[in-house]
Amino acid sequence: MTTNLFSRSTPWDLRTRTLMTILACITFFAVIFISAWLYGEQGQVTNLGLRKLPPSWERPFGTDWLGRDMLARTLKGLRLSLSVGLTAAACSAFIALLFGLAAAMLGRTVDLIVTWLVDVGMAVPHLVLLILISFACGGGAKGVIIAVAASHWPSLTRVIRAEILQLRSADYIKLSRQFGKGPYWIARRHLLPHVIPQFVVGMLLLFPHTILHAAGLTFLGFGMSPHTPAIGVLLAESMRYLSMGLWWLAVAPGIALIVSVKVFDMLGNNFRALLDPRTSQE
Amino acid sequence: MLDVHDLSISFSSYTLGLKKKEVCAIRSLDLRIAPGEIMAVVGQSGAGKSLLAHALLGILPPNAKVSGSLFFKSRPLTAERLTDLRGSQIALIPQSVTYLNPLLRVGTQVARAARLSGVSRDETPPVVRRAFARYLLDKEVADWFPFQLSGGMARRVLTATATVGKADLLLADEPTNGLDSAAAGEALGHLRELADTGKAVLLITHDIKAALQVADKVTVFCAGNSVEVAAAEDFNGHGRLRHPYTKALWNALPANGFRMAMPPVITSSQNDGCLFRLYCHKQDSLCGKRLPGLRNTNGGWVRCHHA
Amino acid sequence: MLEGRKLAFRYGEEREWLFKDFDLRIAPGEIVGIPGPSGRGKSTLAKVLSGYLIPQEGSVFVDGRPLSTSGCCPVQLLFQHPQLAVNPRWKIEAIMRESEEPPPELLRGLAIDPSWLGRYPHELSGGELQRVCLVRALGSQTRCLLCDEMTSMLDSLTQVSIWRTLLNIARQRELGLIVISHDYALLKKLCARIIPYFED
Repeated sequence: MTTNLFSRSTPWDLRTRTLMTILACITFFAVIFISAWLYGEQGQVTNLGLRKLPPSWERPFGTDWLGRDMLARTLKGLRLSLSVGLTAAACSAFIALLFGLAAAMLGRTVDLIVTWLVDVGMAVPHLVLLILISFACGGGAKGVIIAVAASHWPSLTRVIRAEILQLRSADYIKLSRQFGKGPYWIARRHLLPHVIPQFVVGMLLLFPHTILHAAGLTFLGFGMSPHTPAIGVLLAESMRYLSMGLWWLAVAPGIALIVSVKVFDMLGNNFRALLDPRTSQE
Repeated sequence: MLDVHDLSISFSSYTLGLKKKEVCAIRSLDLRIAPGEIMAVVGQSGAGKSLLAHALLGILPPNAKVSGSLFFKSRPLTAERLTDLRGSQIALIPQSVTYLNPLLRVGTQVARAARLSGVSRDETPPVVRRAFARYLLDKEVADWFPFQLSGGMARRVLTATATVGKADLLLADEPTNGLDSAAAGEALGHLRELADTGKAVLLITHDIKAALQVADKVTVFCAGNSVEVAAAEDFNGHGRLRHPYTKALWNALPANGFRMAMPPVITSSQNDGCLFRLYCHKQDSLCGKRLPGLRNTNGGWVRCHHA
Repeated sequence: MLEGRKLAFRYGEEREWLFKDFDLRIAPGEIVGIPGPSGRGKSTLAKVLSGYLIPQEGSVFVDGRPLSTSGCCPVQLLFQHPQLAVNPRWKIEAIMRESEEPPPELLRGLAIDPSWLGRYPHELSGGELQRVCLVRALGSQTRCLLCDEMTSMLDSLTQVSIWRTLLNIARQRELGLIVISHDYALLKKLCARIIPYFED
């Protein structure tokens, strides 16, 4: 008797699936940006003849109390929120890289200062810090970006610092020193190949947080001005109409936000699988 | 207890982009263990010893393809049955403390292993206490964390974890690695005790000398296949061993002449014929044609057309 | 050539000395064995002799001069676990080239298969990887090799093949060899002299 009990029949194997997922995620964002651009001014145009229409085939997200098409507004909102989130995440990851490198490489005093800053950053409630900084910077896109960037670096800093500290005690790094290699050579050839993937994946996994927090800040009124069609603004506005039964005003942009965040999460995790030589070949 | 028949495991991996290549790691392997027996599996690293253990535990990576049949206690092993049996009926004694959770106290982990293998909640504390007593571990050790254990003590804890439940088949993966001869002897002695209570033990090791101290039978792995199954007594002087690879392994031991009869075998992906033939001076056209089956010769089994 | 004078080492002030007043002298081409059970400080001694650790007392000399801390160290250490001694994100070719370009006859001598060059360390077996580490350690500057349980994770056949090759190279290049192992039979086969400092 010969059986094939353990074989898993998957149409695609892991690597194909990983690459496909990454491609799908990137396409998703491309579609958002391109269609937001194609819609042009349409989202802002008021049309009082088409007020408060529920979702239909013609207008899948419905219209609001001024007759503006919610699909167009959501896409524009997503574009703005994503850009703000991306910028903030990139800034944040860059700060984390600098701090992490400094803590691990520049000796005990710098390490103590950085770890103290990390602890403080993690101990203060996120939202309070966000609101304070955004308010102090005068709100708007600039305020949101600065606030989010300044509050999201601690966790990635810790990861990068730990990674480098662990690497520095590895046998192959000590061996490299015995071969007469200098610290700069070791950092470039031995440490960077480990830190760069950590950095890229860390940045991708920061996006979901920054996007949500940017939207949250705006929703609470400490972020973007009410005239800009950010997702947070859309959600805040919809609050006033929810009790009147205009549920689609909140549901459609909300789901769109959650989906984009989830897609970024997937993107980050798939990148991680691809960048590790151990799993990249499965 | 365990009967492995015609087991093959292959992996697909990527060369460039989406181009795939298939690597066969274990090819039509046969293995049988009876209750009360220690079966040692010896062979060089990369011969597929650990893969066999992973297959028996159902923890192969997702890109592995498995074919062949496995029987445990005369019933076929399916993927679902394997999930049920793992930890309860089939237990692994791992290589090192890195297999334990570094943040949990040793006692908690032994108790958890007992619960997972079907010991009831009320019975667990006495069962754990008995396991600790049996492996001469002080009561305080239960409150230690894995990093506090010394080499020999770690082995005892790992053995306790695997044997606290009701498992009948134990897989010991390289139990003597990194231990000096005194500690290694102790670890092997525990395996012998377990076998003497009726359990079946699969002892996976690269060290023939250590394996022979306690094993009843030895299966020799070469290039993803079992080339010989011999009784432990056959490893004695010359002439009793059947397969040229077993002889080469035996004679290469420092105590037995330290002879290099052949270079280490490189597992190749050649498809048919004897996997060993490129290293053999007895090979002929038959060896290139088909893979020899295991044949019974004077009390043991050998996979060779000419032995 | 390699000389340790009055070496002493302990991890921390309040810990016991792992070794004290340890003297050692090795001539070019000499093979010396250090046996003993685990946990007695054999590996620490190896790290002191190869410059990884600085001894609290005494010092290490090569050709009468103190072991230099800059440049390629003439005393190279080989580890028990070759997997930990290579960067997992480097390919085999880069690993072997780290100290210098290995001459082709060395690659042939150690039976390095050209197909390994493009692979990652986790795709090679322990024996194959240990040979890669040997290539890397046998740079032109190397005068003395310290083998710390180098083959204790390997089967007997791989063990023989690695030692046969290494003994040949050591004889040709007049390298000093220090073999650390708890396998006494192995040391007796390999070494002309055995230092029983760490034994009971």
